[in-house]
Amino acid sequence: NSGVVCLLRPLLLDVIPSIRQTAALALGRLADYDVELAEAVVKAGILPQLIYSLPEENRYYKKTAAFVLRAVAKHSPQLAQAVIQCGALEMLVICLEDFDPGVKEGASWAFGYIARHNPELSQAVVDAGAVPLLVLCIQEPEIALKRIAASTLSDISKHSPELAQTVVDAGAIAHLAQMIPNPDAKLKRQVLSALSQIAKHSVDLAELVVEAEIFPVVLTCLKDSDEYVKKNGATLIREIAKHTPELSQFVVNSGGVAAVIDCIGSCRGTVRLPGIMALGYVAAHSEDLSMAVIVSKGIPPLCVCLVEEHEDHIKAAAAWALGQIGRHSAEHARHVAVANVLPTLLDIFVDTRSSEDLKTKATLKNILQKCTYLPALEPLLHEAPPSIMKHIIGQFSKVLPHDSKARRLFVTTGGLKKVQEIKAEPGSLLQEYINTINNCYPEEIVR
Amino acid sequence: RYYYFYIFRAIDEDRKAKYKAIVKIQRWFRACRVRAYLRHLSKMAILIQKWWRGYLRRKHFREIVERAYFIKKLEFYHEMAVRIQKRWRGYYVRKYVHNFYALKKYLKAVSVNNELVRSELQEYAEMKENEEKMKDLEKKEKEKKYQARKMHYLLSTEQIPGIYNSPSRKSPDPMELLLRKSKPLTHRKQQVKSPFAKELYDWPTCKRPPAFITSLPLLPADRQKPQGPFRDVAEVLWQRHKPLEPTLRVRESMYSPPAKAREATPREQWRNPMHDKEFLPFSSYHKNIERYEPSLCKSGKYGREAYGTKYFREVYPKKWIADKDFETQFSSIVLFDKFGKTYSSTGQIV
Repeated sequence: NSGVVCLLRPLLLDVIPSIRQTAALALGRLADYDVELAEAVVKAGILPQLIYSLPEENRYYKKTAAFVLRAVAKHSPQLAQAVIQCGALEMLVICLEDFDPGVKEGASWAFGYIARHNPELSQAVVDAGAVPLLVLCIQEPEIALKRIAASTLSDISKHSPELAQTVVDAGAIAHLAQMIPNPDAKLKRQVLSALSQIAKHSVDLAELVVEAEIFPVVLTCLKDSDEYVKKNGATLIREIAKHTPELSQFVVNSGGVAAVIDCIGSCRGTVRLPGIMALGYVAAHSEDLSMAVIVSKGIPPLCVCLVEEHEDHIKAAAAWALGQIGRHSAEHARHVAVANVLPTLLDIFVDTRSSEDLKTKATLKNILQKCTYLPALEPLLHEAPPSIMKHIIGQFSKVLPHDSKARRLFVTTGGLKKVQEIKAEPGSLLQEYINTINNCYPEEIVR
Repeated sequence: RYYYFYIFRAIDEDRKAKYKAIVKIQRWFRACRVRAYLRHLSKMAILIQKWWRGYLRRKHFREIVERAYFIKKLEFYHEMAVRIQKRWRGYYVRKYVHNFYALKKYLKAVSVNNELVRSELQEYAEMKENEEKMKDLEKKEKEKKYQARKMHYLLSTEQIPGIYNSPSRKSPDPMELLLRKSKPLTHRKQQVKSPFAKELYDWPTCKRPPAFITSLPLLPADRQKPQGPFRDVAEVLWQRHKPLEPTLRVRESMYSPPAKAREATPREQWRNPMHDKEFLPFSSYHKNIERYEPSLCKSGKYGREAYGTKYFREVYPKKWIADKDFETQFSSIVLFDKFGKTYSSTGQIV
């Protein structure tokens, strides 16, 4: 603030190389720390000077220059745009072609931060021809370089299908898939996130990712000791499973569902979210897949999630997933009901503190419309609000006329009494249901 | 006179009246006739129409009946077709589309597969944990060994027990044993082990002092590092410039008593070699080329006898039980006779 930037500027043109390096390093650290300092660096016109002399400089200078560019570009899209306008992209590409892995790392990190903000900047990075060089960087032996290159590819491909297609055309998927078994945890995080960003856009991209034979290696990532590796692995499975029933079927056949369920059981917090959503997507496609999820013991972890988690979006996701599992047929709804999760869902629905999103997801409508398991419906009778009561009574009216034992149970548990207490407008659906129930019993009992 | 007029008028009127009456009667009769005729005509017309209409309607009725019959048949066929389709669709759906047993089998297979996957993942996780533990243990061991090497001087001597070898203890402390095993550290300043070697470094956002300025002190700054998965340069240089640590034998001089004592044994060895066999230049000298010794049975007074080559049995007719010599009872097997003789070997004709 005290004119430091202006003081450092002439040092960048000094004769001695180490002074240039140190000046650049100082500028980089300043820009890294604060947005305004970064803007000051840009306004002082330092970037063109930095970039102009880059090709002839030694590798330490290149590294530091890449660090400065990265520090400036990371704060906002406008600063990144300013970096691009100085012609930084070509210089960074030259750095990417350098032999020294540290220089390559700095350059790819800078590309990553530029491409992160929005699709236009990513497109600019791709147009500069960075993607094939990044794919070459991934094949280098240095682990840090691999990490950064993977994270840059992930940032590039996350914006749009065309960018993802460009990354795929450069042959990135095979190399990324080869690196999944690597023991380094941070590398695995980036690789899995890159693959999931590629797979999320369309069915073809997801199929390409699957053809790279990531299953069942990906399942070992779900057992990793690092939380974020598990999260990214579950994200990848989710992005693959959400497109078509065939892909979900493939995931189920390779045992992915079991691994995801174990992963959910072992984690806590936001890390669980992609796994829950993956289960929801798999179960949503068809009833066979939903049955497969049930058979793999998927419901208990979801119930535990609903009960334990405090965050709304995780609860909403768990409620949604349970809804998807239970909505297909009476059998599925029975499995869900047997797990004693309906009262929890009801509580969430009724609770005034839960958000709108959570309330809509926690609607029991889907499950209730198929549920014929009366012992689970009984406790709900006593507490349900009218919108849900309609469905519960409807279900009772469907089952009771045919099952005498259930009728007896209904009376003994006080359900009939409760039904009488409900006031419904005559002619409404609720009244019809109540009439149907009353007709199952002789007159004296009804009174 | 007017008399005839009145008579004629009367006759005329009478005639006219009669004429009128006759006309009336004829008219009436003709009308009757016409009426009868018309009645007849209309009756005939009615008859014709009746017959015609009846015919038409009957024809029509037949058509209707046919149509109704056809429709009834069609309905019947529809009914039957519906039954067939119902059965077929139920069968097909239950067998192929929503095959319950296939689904059951599939779900069982899925759960078996899940068990497998779960067990494998469990194994993998355990393996990883063990690896971690081993790594930790190794690190600790290494630390300990390094410490022992540094504190080598704490080893106990003959006279003075070291701190780890207190006389009141039954056996020395494990540290003492470690000290005994370890080699003393050389005085040369240890090359600072590069931080790259141990764990995988993360390239900082220049928060740590940048490693590049101090990492490679022995290399000139602008040397192009060759591309490729080569070993770390610092490691290579350390290995190359490792100080010489000669063995005990080499470290001693040639004239020290142990060295002289060792000299005696080689001389003795040269004197009394264990191998008696002399050194012969070619291996053929070692081969025992056997000299041929004829057997006693075959050597007769005047050279070799034909026994053993030409005939194999001695012939004593007096010892025979029957009168005849041995004779072959079976016919020779033709195939076996040809053995070795089907092709002519060099020069021989079969």
